[in-house]
Amino acid sequence: MRTSPFLVQPTPLQIVMLKVAGALLPGIALYAWTFGIGVLVQIALASVTALAVEAGCLKLRGRPLQPFLSDGSALVTAWLLALAVPPLAPWWMVVLATAVAIGLAKHLYGGLGQNTFNPAMVGFAVLIVSFPAQMSRWAAPLGLGMAELGGLAQLGWIFTGQLPAGLAFDAIASATPLDTVRTALGQGQPLAQILAAPIFGDVGGTGSEWIVLGWLVGGVFLWQQKLIPWQLPVGYLGALALTASAFHLADPAHYAGPGFHLATGAAMLGAFFIVTDPVTAPTTPWGRLLYAALAGVLTYLIRVFGSYPDGVAFAVLIMNIATPLIDQLTQPAVFGRKRGKAA
Amino acid sequence: MMDRHAAREIAANGLWRQNAGLVQILGLCPVLVISSNIVNGVSLGLATSLVMLVSGAAVAALRQFVPNELRSPIFILIIAALVTVVDLLLNAYVHGLYLVLGIFIPLITTNCIVLARAEAFASRNGVAQSALDGLTMGLGLTGVLAVLGGLRELVGHGTLLSGIDLVFGPAARGWVIHVIPADAHYQFLLAILPPGAFFGLAFLIAGKSALDRRAARRAAGSEVMAGTMNSVSR
Repeated sequence: MRTSPFLVQPTPLQIVMLKVAGALLPGIALYAWTFGIGVLVQIALASVTALAVEAGCLKLRGRPLQPFLSDGSALVTAWLLALAVPPLAPWWMVVLATAVAIGLAKHLYGGLGQNTFNPAMVGFAVLIVSFPAQMSRWAAPLGLGMAELGGLAQLGWIFTGQLPAGLAFDAIASATPLDTVRTALGQGQPLAQILAAPIFGDVGGTGSEWIVLGWLVGGVFLWQQKLIPWQLPVGYLGALALTASAFHLADPAHYAGPGFHLATGAAMLGAFFIVTDPVTAPTTPWGRLLYAALAGVLTYLIRVFGSYPDGVAFAVLIMNIATPLIDQLTQPAVFGRKRGKAA
Repeated sequence: MMDRHAAREIAANGLWRQNAGLVQILGLCPVLVISSNIVNGVSLGLATSLVMLVSGAAVAALRQFVPNELRSPIFILIIAALVTVVDLLLNAYVHGLYLVLGIFIPLITTNCIVLARAEAFASRNGVAQSALDGLTMGLGLTGVLAVLGGLRELVGHGTLLSGIDLVFGPAARGWVIHVIPADAHYQFLLAILPPGAFFGLAFLIAGKSALDRRAARRAAGSEVMAGTMNSVSR
């Protein structure tokens, strides 16, 4: 319904979601280039599950199917979730997580725009809490493992759990850069020696540092399109980098520098695509900065001192709880009134 | 003495309408921690029921002599004494289970549903009514613990009645039902960990309100029907 041409119309959700999906593409392409076709298989599995569960929930709730199914929000959730699981995880894991994300975290809370917690991160948390062993089995980037799987072999492994004869999963597996650093530090190796291993590149992990660049490009596109406010990614990455710098300066032999923390794990993907979720993040400018900064600090602490592979998901979920409070505390003053007085 | 109708009313409140776990949502600490399988849940539920049965009767019997200002400490003393008895009994007769339930047996003392019934019901009603109220409230909670424990065990490990040998001795080990074959090594940790208890309880509460709502709709429907019938006959 268009009114006069000088009234700004909000961008339809469908277009927003299309742009978010488009912004993910460069990162996804690099990710698939580095880790193989498994990445795309996970995305396909998650998308199909998300649409099916979304349709089922809408039907149960007596809502119209067409407008909600075609808005693309379920697909974006599914894609983010698929990007968070290891590319060679068995098929049922991403299906289960997507079903939990859409059914439990989204629709049980009231559907689109009503959820307290980021659905993709809830799905991820369910997996990491329930299946820690499978969730930490990452394949080495192609060309870095002792052996590697071709496209068909990857499909076979994801769907049947069978590897080509004479190959054990250990031969293609590799600890992620974050896990490697934590384990080796635990064994008392100096940081400089750990980072000299071939799985580490100039700043992050070999191969994965290019993927990180892909997320960054997509994120800048979203900001340029005015779809994400700058406070969220800047606050998040800034706080993560500052915390990492502080620890690094205090003990450079034990704590990796800020570059390493920005370029490994899900930090960059999280900063532009997960922390920026418009439903679960605060809406005031200062609130956004505070929310993102605290999430960044938490990510660092969980990552370095916790026992999970990465801290992004739990940091975001914890901060989601604080979102209503942050929104309330950072409400800007109404024009013409003094701050702190009831409007 | 109480008549049949009053007794039925008390029992219905305890078991369903005012269910401790699903409606009053009291005493959640044991509900959430111990309900990781049926055996643990039912055992703690029955121990709590026993305490509530006797404490209800005792508080009701003593209610004339308890000064109003001092009632809380006195009720707690009565409850604590009874819990100690249950604690010693479990230790003596089902020692394996006693070790599993651990701190949660002495903690029955602080379970708010026990004190809540002493305060809200037993201090104002007769001995028989109070004993019945305590028992049915306890059994209502036991029911919730059994269903929640069963759900978590089934989803988390694919078994039912695991740990039954702790109650009936090693001969009972074969009674464990493996819904999913044991050699499949099925495990869904989330259901066993504390979040599983919260999810499970939430679904049970939702399920109860759905049932109640359907019953209310049906009752309303039949009233409308009766109303139209009346107007037609008139």
